[in-house]
Amino acid sequence: MSKPKPFAFNFDTLSLHAGQQPDPQFGARAAPIYLTTSFVFKDADQAASLFNMERAGHVYSRISNPTNAVLEERIAALEGGAGAIAVASGQAAMHLAVCTLMGAGGHIVASRALYGGSHNLLEYTLPRFGVETTFVDPRDIDAWRAAIRPNTRLLFGETLGNPGLDVLDIPRVAEIAHAAGLPLMVDSTFTTPYLMRPFDLGADLLFHSATKFLGGHGVAIGGLLVDGGTFDWEKSGKFPTLTEPYAGFHGMDFAEESTVAAFLLRARREGLRDFGACMSPMTAFQLLQGMETLPLRMQRHIDNTRRIVAHLAAHPAVESVSYPELESHPDHALAKQLLPKGCGSVFSFVLKGGTSGGKLAGRKFIETLRVFSHLANVGDAKSLVIHPASTTHFRMSDEALRAAGIHEGTVRLSIGLEDANDLIEDLNSGLRAAQKA
Amino acid sequence: MELTVDQKKTYAYTGGRPFNPELPTVVFIHGAQCDHSVWGLQSRYFAHHGFSVLAVDLPGHGRSEGPLLPTVERMADWLMQLLDAAGVDDAALVGHSMGSLISLEAASRRPERVARIALIGTAVPMPVSEALLDAAKNDEAKAEAMINVWSHGARGAIGGGTVPGLWLAGAGIRLMERAAPGVLFNDLNACNAYARGPEAAAQVQCPALLLLGSRDQMTSPRGAQKFAGSLKDSSIVTIEGSGHALMAEYPDAVLDALREFIQR
Repeated sequence: MSKPKPFAFNFDTLSLHAGQQPDPQFGARAAPIYLTTSFVFKDADQAASLFNMERAGHVYSRISNPTNAVLEERIAALEGGAGAIAVASGQAAMHLAVCTLMGAGGHIVASRALYGGSHNLLEYTLPRFGVETTFVDPRDIDAWRAAIRPNTRLLFGETLGNPGLDVLDIPRVAEIAHAAGLPLMVDSTFTTPYLMRPFDLGADLLFHSATKFLGGHGVAIGGLLVDGGTFDWEKSGKFPTLTEPYAGFHGMDFAEESTVAAFLLRARREGLRDFGACMSPMTAFQLLQGMETLPLRMQRHIDNTRRIVAHLAAHPAVESVSYPELESHPDHALAKQLLPKGCGSVFSFVLKGGTSGGKLAGRKFIETLRVFSHLANVGDAKSLVIHPASTTHFRMSDEALRAAGIHEGTVRLSIGLEDANDLIEDLNSGLRAAQKA
Repeated sequence: MELTVDQKKTYAYTGGRPFNPELPTVVFIHGAQCDHSVWGLQSRYFAHHGFSVLAVDLPGHGRSEGPLLPTVERMADWLMQLLDAAGVDDAALVGHSMGSLISLEAASRRPERVARIALIGTAVPMPVSEALLDAAKNDEAKAEAMINVWSHGARGAIGGGTVPGLWLAGAGIRLMERAAPGVLFNDLNACNAYARGPEAAAQVQCPALLLLGSRDQMTSPRGAQKFAGSLKDSSIVTIEGSGHALMAEYPDAVLDALREFIQR
C-alpha cells in the first residue's frame, strides 16, 4: 500500500509554485531577484533577534537570500524533504554536507561509481583534512556493511552511478546505514525528483548539481543540499556537531533547537557562514526558471532517450548500449522497481571498431555530428556527446580504460529536448562515418 | 533542561539560556503529536528578553519519558507538577491546540499559579472527526497526512515562509513521524473528550489571549470567537492567512502578539 500523500499539492503544481507567495509589495508573480548583499534591520531589537536566531529572516546574502529561499523551498518540496540550502555548485553541496557531519577522523563509505569530481574530493582532497573514504562496488550490498568502521559517519552513492548507470539500491543501503546509526546521502543529479524521490526510499540527505537537469538551460552553475528531516541525530549519538553545544554559535545545540532541521541549521549557520560557498540570487532565479518546467522537460528527455536507446541497440554499427531499461543491463530488475518513470537521459554506448580501431571511430563519430554538442556536461536541454577515450580519459592506457568500464569506442550521450527524429538522423550520420574510419 | 516530574525524566527547552526561576516565567505547551521545537521562533525571544522559558515536551513526547497522559485534566495537573519541579510559583501559559486546552484547564484548576493564558489555534470544545480518530488509531501515516494537509494555509502548503530554506509542510510531517506509535490517538482522543471547557472558562481569573488563524481548518476560528465570550477577560488576535500551524507559518506575528499580551 502506498503512503498517503501528506501535502496539499502535487508535483507539477509544486514545480511552479513551491516556495513563493506573490510579492506583497508590488504583486510580482515571478520570483523577484533580490540582488542585494544585505538587508536593513527594522530596529535594533530585530537586528539582535535575527543574529541570535530568536527571529528568522535575512541578514546577509552569504547566509540566506529571499530569491535563494524560493529555490531552496522548491527543491525541498519536490523531494519531499524538510528543507534545503542553495550553494555555489554541486561540489559545494557535497562539501557542505560532509563538513557539517564530521571533522578530522571521520570516515565515509562511498560507491566507487561516482562522478569524477566527487571521487576527487573523497579520494584525494578530504584525506588531507583527515576525512577518509572507503570505496565499494555499489552492487555489492555486503561490501557496504563490511566497510563501516567505528568512525564512519556517512554512506554515500549516486542514484544512477557514473559511468555505467549502476542503480543504487537505496532501500537496502539505507537499511545498512540505519542499522549502524548512520545517514545515507545520495547524489540525485541524474534522476531529479521527477524520476526518483530518494527520501521515500530511505535516504536521509541528498544533493543536486542543479547545473544539470534542474536548471536545464546550461547557463547557471549551482548546487542544492536537501535534508529529508528523517534522521534522528540525537538517537544515533555519533554527531556531536548537531547534538552538542557549539561554541561558534551561542552555545547552540542544533538538535535541541530543531528536532527535524538540526542539520540544515548547522550547515547554514556554520557552513555557509564560514566556508562561504553561497549561490548568487541571479543564479537562483535562473535555476527557478528551469525548475518550473522540470516535469515537462524530464518526460521529454525520457521519451527521446527511450527512442534513441532502442535505435542504437538495434543498429549494426553499435556494439552495445548501457541503459538500465535494457534487459542486458545488470540493474534492469532494480531499475524497474526504483525508477519506473525512466532511468535518466545520460547513457553510454560502444561503437563497433571500424577499420582502424575504436579511438578513431569515436573521433570520427563525434566530428560528424551536427546537432549533438561536443562538450563536458550533461543534463542540458540540448543534446550533448563526449568520447571519453579521446577527451576526459585520454591519458589512460587501454588497460586502465577497461578497468574503468570504458572502451575505446565508448561514447557518452546526454539526450536533450530536440525532435527525436533529428537526433536519430544525426547519430546515423555519425555512425556511418565511424564505420568508414 | 531535564527535570524530574512525577519521578519521570522530563525535558523542557529553556530558549538558549539557563533557567532562572526568579524571573517571570513563560511556559509553552505544544499540541498533539508535536514537541518543544514548534516554539523555536517564540520561546528563544522571550528567554533573551527578561523572561525564563520552559518549552516542555509533554510526557511521552519528544525527549520526555512516558507514559502518555490520557486526558487534558491529567496533563494540566502534570503541568503544575512541572512548575513545582522547576521552582516556579506562577507562570504565563502559552498553549497551541491541545496545549491550549491544557492551559485553559490549568488556569481553571490553579488560578493562583497562572498569570495569563495565550490560547493559539484553539477551539473549545475541540471535537475531532470520527474519520481522523479512526485513522489515528488504525493508520497513523494516514492520520498524519490528513493533519499535515489541514494544518497549513498557503504559506505552509505552498511555501514562502519566514525561515530561509525550510519547507514547512515537509518539516511538519517529519516532526509528526518522529512521535512514538500511539501518541497521536492518545492526544486526539484527549482533545475530543475534553468536555470541561465552559466550566473551566468560568473559573479562569487571568487575562486570556486567543490567537487564531483565519484559514485554520483544524480548529475553526468561529468556534474560538464564540468561546471567547465565556472568559472574563479575553482578547482575540486573528492572523490573516494562517492555518493551524500559526507558529510556523507566521512566527513573527505570533511572537508580536505574545509580546504585546505578556508584557502588557
